Amino acid sequence: MIKSDFWRAFVRNKGAVLGLVILVAIVVLAVFASVFFPGDPWEMATAPFQPPLSEDALLGSDMLGRDIASGIAHGARVSLLIGLTSTAAALAIGVTLGALAGFHGGKVDDAIMRFTELFQTIPNFVLAVVLVAIFTPSLTTIVAAIAIVSWPPLARLARAEFLSLRTREFVQAAITTGQSNSTIILRQILPNSLSPIIVSASLMVATAILLESSLSFLGLGDPNAMSWGYMIGAARTVIRQAWWMSVFPGLAIVLTVLALNLVGEGLNDALNPKLARSRG
Amino acid sequence: MTTPLLDVPLLDVRGLSIALPPGADRPLAVDNLTFTLNPDEILCVVGESGSGKSMTAHAMMGLLPAPHVRVAGGSLLFKGKDVLAMPEAEQRSLRGGRIAMVFQEPMTALNPLMRVGRQIGESLREHTDLPAPARRARVVELLAQVGLPNPAELAEAYPFRLSGGQRQRVMIAMALACQPDILIADEPTTALDVTTQKQILDLIRSIQAERHMGMMFITHDFGVVAEIAHRVAVMRHGKLVEYGAASDVLNRPQHPYTRQLIASVPHYIEHRDDHAKAGAPLLVADKVRKVFHVGGGLFKKSKQVVAGDDLSLTIHPGETVGLVGESGSGKSTLGRSIVGLIKPDSGRILFEGTDLLALDRKGFRPYRRAVQMVFQDPYASLNPRHRVGDIVAQGPVAFGEDRNRALVRARELLAMVGLDGSAADRFPHEFSGGQRQRIGIARALAMEPKLLVADEPVSALDVSVQGQVLELLDDIRRRLNLAMLFITHDLRVAAQVCDTIAVMRRGRIVEMGTAREVFTHPRDAYTRSLLDAIPGKSWHIPDDLQKVPAGAH
Repeated sequence: MIKSDFWRAFVRNKGAVLGLVILVAIVVLAVFASVFFPGDPWEMATAPFQPPLSEDALLGSDMLGRDIASGIAHGARVSLLIGLTSTAAALAIGVTLGALAGFHGGKVDDAIMRFTELFQTIPNFVLAVVLVAIFTPSLTTIVAAIAIVSWPPLARLARAEFLSLRTREFVQAAITTGQSNSTIILRQILPNSLSPIIVSASLMVATAILLESSLSFLGLGDPNAMSWGYMIGAARTVIRQAWWMSVFPGLAIVLTVLALNLVGEGLNDALNPKLARSRG
Repeated sequence: MTTPLLDVPLLDVRGLSIALPPGADRPLAVDNLTFTLNPDEILCVVGESGSGKSMTAHAMMGLLPAPHVRVAGGSLLFKGKDVLAMPEAEQRSLRGGRIAMVFQEPMTALNPLMRVGRQIGESLREHTDLPAPARRARVVELLAQVGLPNPAELAEAYPFRLSGGQRQRVMIAMALACQPDILIADEPTTALDVTTQKQILDLIRSIQAERHMGMMFITHDFGVVAEIAHRVAVMRHGKLVEYGAASDVLNRPQHPYTRQLIASVPHYIEHRDDHAKAGAPLLVADKVRKVFHVGGGLFKKSKQVVAGDDLSLTIHPGETVGLVGESGSGKSTLGRSIVGLIKPDSGRILFEGTDLLALDRKGFRPYRRAVQMVFQDPYASLNPRHRVGDIVAQGPVAFGEDRNRALVRARELLAMVGLDGSAADRFPHEFSGGQRQRIGIARALAMEPKLLVADEPVSALDVSVQGQVLELLDDIRRRLNLAMLFITHDLRVAAQVCDTIAVMRRGRIVEMGTAREVFTHPRDAYTRSLLDAIPGKSWHIPDDLQKVPAGAH
């Protein structure tokens, strides 16, 4: 019942549906990349500097004759994988710490929040660059670096939600009926604080994809994984002669980030029961 | 209460209808409403929430949330001229100038970033051509007229430095600034403590009489009506159901709804039997003290607020003890200390002889079941994401009961509090305020408590619903022989349900005795002032609408 309400509210937001369609298309592209474009995207497929719509390369080829379309399809894998896993990791760290800080308050809260501030005082991107540079670029270190720089806002959000919810009467009722702290945190408060967390997590996937692209652009990507950021970074020197080499991966990033933002907004509408009900 | 006979009434509302947006629970918020307001008269518009009483006032002031809600028909004649047909500019000069309004919530009706004097001066600047120094003098004069001390100094203060009652006085001064012909007051005393309410009602009455204004006073409280009304209009679901002179409506109500509302007004039942205290006390609070530390930081000392000091009281099995006091008196602090939501700084709370405060978390756990709480806000006290059956069953499950058995029991309890069987499968938002409060009661009962702490359980409810919930509580405690600590700000409610009453003021219990003693022979001056402040105390509720004394049937 709740589920169908959710869908009705989500579908009512046309932008969100469009975003979801784009996102599904990108996921399909990523999952079936090796079906659509068999072979290694790093291999030379055709002559270098082929413009788009040429015979062997729909979106053209790069300076080494690699197929741009194949690069984009395989890059989608890397981008989505890194975006999702790093967000999941950030959620795990951020929500846990935020929930503990918000629920217990007092000294626990002080300690956790000072720790969080420590991370917030260092600029995100610089910290990510430093971390990846120290631990040599690989998918794992990139995911870890992105997660480490992006959990503090989630922790703050979860803490704010928990702080306000724990004083609510239904939580006090749970205390007076003898429910344990973990039950109260997981069953009473967490489900009620989830909406804003899910929404900001969906936006965070977009930010993580941008971070990964930026790292790859600087040459700090995983050397074995084709990624959109790497493609743009490699093509930047020839952008005036061969615009397609950077424009198509750029478009892929824009579309993905846009789709994620649209979906995030749709989630926001659908997960806010008051808004959903007043419209229905 | 004679009103001068005039050809044209001050305000003549004819067939007013206000349309709600499609999808609302009814098409018309106000349906074909007709009434008049004469000069030098207080017309009370009475109704429960959703009756359309505020909507009517808002239509007059042009405050309807356009474009969703709009006037669908009828006319509002001010001295014979239709306000709704006037050009925008003329309407504006009328509002705030000739017709002024006082709102319910004094805490939010003032701009927090603007000095009080300037806010009052605003409407003077808008509607008169007084020069600035004259305006300032007028503001001080107005503040003096509404009974504020040091008006010149107060005009320079920001709203946050004022108490609720003082802010409401400022609001009234603001409304009076341009000497309006009509003053609309929308529940102006509902958010105030009872003693402050009395002062504001006195003020409103004297100002009205002095200036011979026509006044439309919106309220849900028949006590307030009895206090100030000349004429009464009773509204229900957007329709006018009864309209007449105050003495007629109050003493000889005709419409069944009016009769029901008057019958729901809580009042002291003279012939209620004193509670026979039997056996050892169930709960003894002994010199409980709680100090809150407000603010403060690394380099700043926190401010100490004594919420409760030297609080002692006893509750016997089956007894209902009322804890009465105004906001900030510390009554909730004591209630929360007893259920273990707050840890007092010193003192003892003995439950069947065991000091609950000396127990650690684990040792306290068995007593959790025995002491349960019913909360104030029926909208905040139920988890919106859980089904009602789960909400009731969660407590027993936490104590190791089998989940299915707890759910079956939850259904029984829901039936016991007057909800039907399907309630268990639904979510809280599908229920009304009164029904949610019943769910809250069922949740507390699921633990099979011996003592129920009810913290303002009816103050968020409409009077007729309030009556039903009070009856339910009374019925349940009688059937289960429950002891109850009933916390309330409303002496009338306490009078109706309590055996013993403890009156609190500023963190101390100033008087404790049987309900009969406290009501007939109050010893403390503060208790007397509280009793004196009960709105409509001189009004005798018609005999056939009096409550049947509890236990008489």
